[in-house]
Amino acid sequence: MNDMKLAEKAVRMSEAKISARDVNVFYGDTHAIKDVSVDIADRTVTAFIGPSGCGKSTFLRCLNRMNDTIDIARVEGEIRIDGQDIYDPSIDPVQLRAKVGMVFQKPNPFPKSIYDNVAYGPKIHGLARSKADLDEIVERALRRGALWEEAKDRLHQPGTGLSGGQQQRLCIARAVATEPEVLLMDEPCSALDPIATAQVEELIDDLRKNYSVVIVTHSMQQAARVSQKTAFFHLGNLVEFGETGQIFTNPKDRRTESYITGRIG
Amino acid sequence: MTETTPTRGIDWASPETSSRLKARRRRQNRLKYAGMVSIGIAFLMLGILLVSIISSGYSAFVQTHVEIDVFFDPEAIDVDDLPRSNFNAVLAATMQAQFPEVEGTAELRRLTGILSDGARWTIRDLIVENPDLVGETVAVSVPVADTYDQLYKGFIDRETPEQFRRLDDAQIAYFDRLVEEGRVEATFNWALFFNADSRFPELAGLKGAIIGSFYALATCFVLSFPVGIGAAIYLEEFAPRNRFSDLIEVNINNLAAVPSVVFGLLALAVFLGWFGMPRSSPFVGGMTLALMTLPTIIIATRAALKAVPPSIREAALGVGASRHQVVFQHVLPLAMPGILTGTIIGLAQALGETAPLLLIGMNAFITSAPATPFDSSTALPTQIFIWADSPERGFVSRTSAAIMVLLGFLVMMNAVAIYLRNRFQRTW
Repeated sequence: MNDMKLAEKAVRMSEAKISARDVNVFYGDTHAIKDVSVDIADRTVTAFIGPSGCGKSTFLRCLNRMNDTIDIARVEGEIRIDGQDIYDPSIDPVQLRAKVGMVFQKPNPFPKSIYDNVAYGPKIHGLARSKADLDEIVERALRRGALWEEAKDRLHQPGTGLSGGQQQRLCIARAVATEPEVLLMDEPCSALDPIATAQVEELIDDLRKNYSVVIVTHSMQQAARVSQKTAFFHLGNLVEFGETGQIFTNPKDRRTESYITGRIG
Repeated sequence: MTETTPTRGIDWASPETSSRLKARRRRQNRLKYAGMVSIGIAFLMLGILLVSIISSGYSAFVQTHVEIDVFFDPEAIDVDDLPRSNFNAVLAATMQAQFPEVEGTAELRRLTGILSDGARWTIRDLIVENPDLVGETVAVSVPVADTYDQLYKGFIDRETPEQFRRLDDAQIAYFDRLVEEGRVEATFNWALFFNADSRFPELAGLKGAIIGSFYALATCFVLSFPVGIGAAIYLEEFAPRNRFSDLIEVNINNLAAVPSVVFGLLALAVFLGWFGMPRSSPFVGGMTLALMTLPTIIIATRAALKAVPPSIREAALGVGASRHQVVFQHVLPLAMPGILTGTIIGLAQALGETAPLLLIGMNAFITSAPATPFDSSTALPTQIFIWADSPERGFVSRTSAAIMVLLGFLVMMNAVAIYLRNRFQRTW
């Protein structure tokens, strides 16, 4: 039994979508991420959990080079997506971000119409050959974001007029419109009510069929519900990484256990 | 599990507590009343300012005109040689016909003095328009001279002894006869808007000043708006944060506080002195004002860019927009209302600026409106300055009227700023 699991793991490891090795992040003099190495599998939901300020969001932002926009941030180590080093000088971060989509904590649709929100990414990357093509891309993205039924009659009304949960699904649709391979989510449900949260979680589970999803969450129940793999961060260290079930029922590290049972955090 | 800290008993009903509460409430009320008093004083001051300007300036919006029957004497007027035609003789003959009992050249000249000095140009223009008038008698309405205008508006006291009055009894009698005949009427003073400056108050208008101010502001806008926005975008979005950019920022903030007369001196030395640009021209005035407006626009634009929520930048970056796409497709449109408001307020400031324009010679006495931005001209504030300096009684009310016109333009520009802000404001 144990052997089988190991074998399965080895296979999964070899097809890791994202592999990070000895990643260190500094904000000025602050050492925010310390020697983190992790392999993130394709078509899997990986949850990053940990107390506030532990570096889970910082690490997530390394995966699509969003940290580049912060002047004082410095990233060391190696992060490969499909074997390609994303910090290689030949990589254009703009194109990388189309390949690695991101959804943020607070729903942040552009103050434009629903259609324009979704169409923006495909437009700037030249993914649509015609208006009809663009319409199709928008429809497909909205369907993937589980928003099509609600939005199809009001595509040209402002995205900011939607409810919070709908806005977040619009942001997910916007992120998947450029056909990314990896979807990063930074606490996507923290500003949503329980019903909207349930809808987004269901959607995340659905997205797993096509993408490698990485989600940062403060809610351990959410991590347990939606993820197959969980990584526990503490004070900039990756303390433990493994199957979600194992992390929650049988953590190997004492710090993980303390966090899971609510003693730190 | 956790250690409990023993609570200190606090008596919320004790006399010390209630007196402290009362003192606190007193302080709050004092602050409230002080605020109300200062608002009241501000309104009072504004009221006094407006009342004094309007009370001394309203009469300039009306001008007394007299209707005279002009005989276009073919002997005095040569249609082919208008410059040598004797329009004064035509006017003198007209007045003689009106007052047949008046004798002597000197007395006739005093009588003709009821008419504005510009009356001869009025009849000349009629001839230019229609040469067939020569030989005809036509009723023409011409402005009266300033002193008679003041008399008709009641600013000259008839009870004053004759030797202290600006018009003697005979002059008043002539004028009263014209009034009795129903030839005198006060009409809206279109000349105030459609004439350029003049030595004679009844002919002086703001056309040159308004056009000069318009050219100067247009030049100022064309120069400072793109440069200011460009500088602000670079500093806010692209420039690295280091000592050098800090230095630039401090200097821009200081420039906004530099007295405007210093910019005037700079313009005098550089634009007029080194580059030999046309003196007194609205173009140079606009360049000078642009120097002053630039820091205001840069500061307002940077504040507007900063106010765009970071979530919008992240959203755009997250779908793979490049930095310039983020700025030009998302941040700038959202910052536009703030930028426009700041720009219009900067331009309104520039419109009222006097000192730098004095230094580049825009306070010259110029009797025609500028045809191009490179012609000599005045601007509204310098026109006010010139008129305030003039001794004629008619210029006192015209100074106030010009101030009202300037304030009117300022109110309009601010209204546009408010409209733009409300029109383009977006909520998240």
